[in-house]
Amino acid sequence: MNLTLATAGRVLDQLRADHRTIALVLVLPCLLIGLIAWMFDGTPVLDQFGPMLVGLFPLIVMFLVTSVATLRERQSGTLERLMTTPVRKGDFVAGYALAFATLALFQSLVVVGFATLVGMDVAGPLGLVIVVALLDAVLGCCLGLAASALARSEFQAVQMMPAILFPQLITCGLLMPRDEMPQVLEWLSRVFPLTYAIEAMQGLAAGDQWVDIRGAVGVIALFIVGAVALGVLTLPRRTP
Amino acid sequence: MVNNPAGGEPAIRVRDLRIERGGRAVIDGLDVDVPAGSVVGLLGPSGSGKTTLMRAVVGVQDRVTGTVDVLGLPAGAPELRRRVGYVTQAASVYTDLTVAQNLGYFAALAGVAPTRRRDTVGRVVAEVDLGGHEKQVVATLSGGERSRVSLAAALVGDPELLVLDEPTVGLDPVLRRDLWALFRELSRTGRTLLVSSHVMDEATQCDRLLLMRAGGLVADLTPEELMQQTGAPDAERAFLALIDRSAGATEGTAR
Ligand SMILES: Nc1ncnc2c1ncn2[C@@H]1O[C@H](COP(=O)(O)OP(=O)(O)O)[C@@H](O)[C@H]1O
Ligand SMILES: [Mg+2]
Repeated sequence: MNLTLATAGRVLDQLRADHRTIALVLVLPCLLIGLIAWMFDGTPVLDQFGPMLVGLFPLIVMFLVTSVATLRERQSGTLERLMTTPVRKGDFVAGYALAFATLALFQSLVVVGFATLVGMDVAGPLGLVIVVALLDAVLGCCLGLAASALARSEFQAVQMMPAILFPQLITCGLLMPRDEMPQVLEWLSRVFPLTYAIEAMQGLAAGDQWVDIRGAVGVIALFIVGAVALGVLTLPRRTP
Repeated sequence: MVNNPAGGEPAIRVRDLRIERGGRAVIDGLDVDVPAGSVVGLLGPSGSGKTTLMRAVVGVQDRVTGTVDVLGLPAGAPELRRRVGYVTQAASVYTDLTVAQNLGYFAALAGVAPTRRRDTVGRVVAEVDLGGHEKQVVATLSGGERSRVSLAAALVGDPELLVLDEPTVGLDPVLRRDLWALFRELSRTGRTLLVSSHVMDEATQCDRLLLMRAGGLVADLTPEELMQQTGAPDAERAFLALIDRSAGATEGTAR
């Protein structure tokens, strides 16, 4: 546990030293939301889709940031060194997840706050929107960690985003309601975590309460645990 | 040929070691001992398998068969991670953090209590002669300074065994002399050091020398024996003589 916290602290120190990344993580989603608010000014589009975007941006950004960060750690030799110290693989993965979750918390607060400011009206509780956005960001982190195990170069790491997130984006119900999809795609969408993230946000936009979305939130939490476990399993102590 | 003049349990005991990398045996049938409490130089041309052997000793090398015992335990055993310090050939520290942040993190990992971390960082910074650079971001350090941060990061836990992969590469003669004095001091207080190098004049600083070539052990002797056996005027030429002799021998047996 101590070593998890030490690792999280170290990753946060690295983030703190990188002002530009922090600015991008906090400002970029706001800019995009602002663009949509402006484009659809006077229509209920932002109320309907705002919560989903607020959940989606952090997931994508965190996925990219984490997969690049861990790849960097593998390539710089620091991971090899860490493997010779008492730090456990679980400490390493949990430390990264914790550090990026802290960043994600700030991000979801800022993004949800900004969306409300530019006119997003959520029928359900706003606090739950923040909770789901935070979970989405943590999920993005953990998926990014697991995905970076598959990448051997920066080029590959960047491709992991379309490879792992785009199929989920296509089938999550954003492009087409899931009950109108071909049966097989509908089945497929049920095994993807993003589906549940979007489902929870759609529900909140339509006025759902905690009891209505807790199932979806539970599934997201399970996927987070699964992705952390996968991240630990795909981290080899011995390399060829 | 296994030499263990000091008697007692060696710090590292390698038997019948075979390591495959990239589909071929990079080390094949290696037997070697590193006596406890000594400075042992691991010398050999580039590509002879020094790094590979060290990676096996610290337990990060895959596809290893044979025996590698470290401080009486199988290499890579979790209990060893507190007792063994490893410095990779390329400096492996976080370039976007300061010297103090790096060393503080590695001190935390080594189990140094939070209250003692500042003192520990101060001690190792002094040992590698980086005083005044504590607040500097590693990316802005020179190559030699960076490799000393990497060395310092292995010293924070005060390990019993230090495995140092070419720690003095790119350093000026003054710094090299100071670091070798540090290595000697560490071994005087009971630590064991396995230090690889391809700078042969450093050989004279070691208690024992292991000469490798093409994944095999060419010689296991003291610096004095090296000079006597070859009759060469300096360590570099003695080393070349041994390498040439062994190359001739393997060619001879291949015929
Ligand atoms: N990751 C790797 N995959 C395949 N072969 C490797 C790898 N790393 C090193 N080798 C090969 O193993 C041999 C020994 O390398 P190394 O232990 O790094 O030598 P040294 O440290 O003595 O210069 C070399 O022939 C090198 O090409
Ligand atoms: Mg090497």
